[in-house]
Amino acid sequence: MRKTSLNQVYEHALQDKRIVFIGSDLGAGTLDDFKRDMPDRFFMEGVSEAHIIGMAAGLAMDGKVVYVNTIATFLTRRCFEQLVNDACLHQAKVRLIANGGGLVYAPLGPTHLATDDIAILRAIPNMTIVAPADAEEMKRLIPQTVDWPGPIYIRLAKGGDKVVSRDELPFEIGRAIELKSGGDVTLVTTGVTLQIALDAATRLSEEGIGAGVLHMHTVKPLDEEALMERLSNVPALVTVEEHSLIGGLGSAAAELIAESDLNLSFRRIGIPDLFPHQYGRQEDLMRIYGLTTENVMAVVKDMLGAAPKRDARAESG
Amino acid sequence: MVLLKPIRNFPMARSNSQLPLDARSKALRRVVLRMLEAGDRGHLGAAFSMVEIFRVLYDNVLRFESAEPDWPERDRCILSKGHGCLALYAILADKGYFPESELDKFCALDGILGGHPDAGKVPGVEASTGALGHGVSIGVGMALSARIDGSKRRVYVVTGDGEINEGSVWEAAMSASKHCLDNFTVLIDYNKFQSYGATSEVLDLEPLANKWAAFGFAVAEVDGHAVTELQETLAPKPFATGKPLAVICHTVKGRGVDFAENNPKWHHQSKIGPEGMKSLHNGLDSA
Repeated sequence: MRKTSLNQVYEHALQDKRIVFIGSDLGAGTLDDFKRDMPDRFFMEGVSEAHIIGMAAGLAMDGKVVYVNTIATFLTRRCFEQLVNDACLHQAKVRLIANGGGLVYAPLGPTHLATDDIAILRAIPNMTIVAPADAEEMKRLIPQTVDWPGPIYIRLAKGGDKVVSRDELPFEIGRAIELKSGGDVTLVTTGVTLQIALDAATRLSEEGIGAGVLHMHTVKPLDEEALMERLSNVPALVTVEEHSLIGGLGSAAAELIAESDLNLSFRRIGIPDLFPHQYGRQEDLMRIYGLTTENVMAVVKDMLGAAPKRDARAESG
Repeated sequence: MVLLKPIRNFPMARSNSQLPLDARSKALRRVVLRMLEAGDRGHLGAAFSMVEIFRVLYDNVLRFESAEPDWPERDRCILSKGHGCLALYAILADKGYFPESELDKFCALDGILGGHPDAGKVPGVEASTGALGHGVSIGVGMALSARIDGSKRRVYVVTGDGEINEGSVWEAAMSASKHCLDNFTVLIDYNKFQSYGATSEVLDLEPLANKWAAFGFAVAEVDGHAVTELQETLAPKPFATGKPLAVICHTVKGRGVDFAENNPKWHHQSKIGPEGMKSLHNGLDSA
């Protein structure tokens, strides 16, 4: 997904002289072709995220479209004030390509786990947040980022993620995609949890439960219209996200539901309010926090009264 | 080890506060007082220490068209220490960027001039600042943008001294020298005081000239209230080929009113009242 996004930036930059790339201290060889072909618009700035965001905003204030790439935690936490004041306040065309959204860097421990990135950024006016499900969806996203007004945060997954998005379904920043319809429950996802939701929906259907899947690749601006349409027609909704339960997709849905006056069942599946202290692999941590097909199915059955009660948040701490 | 020598070295130099202010410097300060009175608040100390810096930039250095604030080839001037905005507003009004009537609406609900400058509201303000340590990075971006475009436009950033406590300033400094940005100038309003007290006590910046030199800048030190000295320093473009320039402007916080000079209480003041304003005007008369 990362390689796809960077290659796309390179391809667009060949055609559009406004496009600039800034990396922090990325892996050797990253975007060598960009550096070779457009050296005046390629910058590797070192471990200086606060400066990088200010510099990117300065370039954007002068009419450039600036793609910045580094690890998600550094791109959100380290430079938060620059994101607020320099990028968002100025509606600067800064595009943040964030490596390792969620639990991708499990082996590297809690300093590298971007489980609060969406929460941090949702609170900033003018920020757009997109988490594509796979590399194919990334290909549909990047062309739309060039002229999008204001900053965009693009949350990358691990790479090599199973392709579950569908080319025939129109992709538009800010518009949710319904990949499956179902009358009993709607599973709402962002990023790679689409895989889990689709799998769970298929297996629930086999058990006679009609589960729909709504993919909110854009968490902000939230496609409230699509969500309300589902809420009005389906009595239960579950959000599934590789993110803290505080401030992410589940929170955004909860805010809408709380003010909707609709009587429906609602659960959030995500990472509880803690620092994960285990290492292992991304999928290990996802299993621990209930981001599995089996847990999604269990939560749905519990909501619909078809199974004993269990914790929507996690299988175990 | 050989240390890069600053271009001029005035170790711990101070501005000569005995130097009388000429009519233009006093007139610009009266514009600052007009806004201070209108808002009944403001960062007087920071504004008065920068009046000559902005005067020289706008009178002698910058290329701009006040009737066309977005003229693409204008030089960029960023006030990074946004709380000093009264000095910037005074010179922008003087140059006709906005009607003088706005001066009487400083910090008013229906005004464009707030306690920190807003690029979305005030013609001539290049970047919205207020939180410290942002302007140098933004300026580096603009200077690189000029280079990409093959343009001769130049970028000037005015920082405070307390402001450069921020680590992001030094990240930006490394970047500016790495990119050999000789179209880029940082002016440090070194009045030796930050909000709490003396910079030497809160977080000492010395040896400041050597710090900038060590970060790869050409360095000049000037009396930041001496108009001719500022003009001469900023006349060569570039100052040093292949290097960004840091101009350490030795200034006096609150310069122009004796009881406000070097007085942390005048970093920011509110509820000044008619008597307070009268004292400020009287003080300026005798400066």
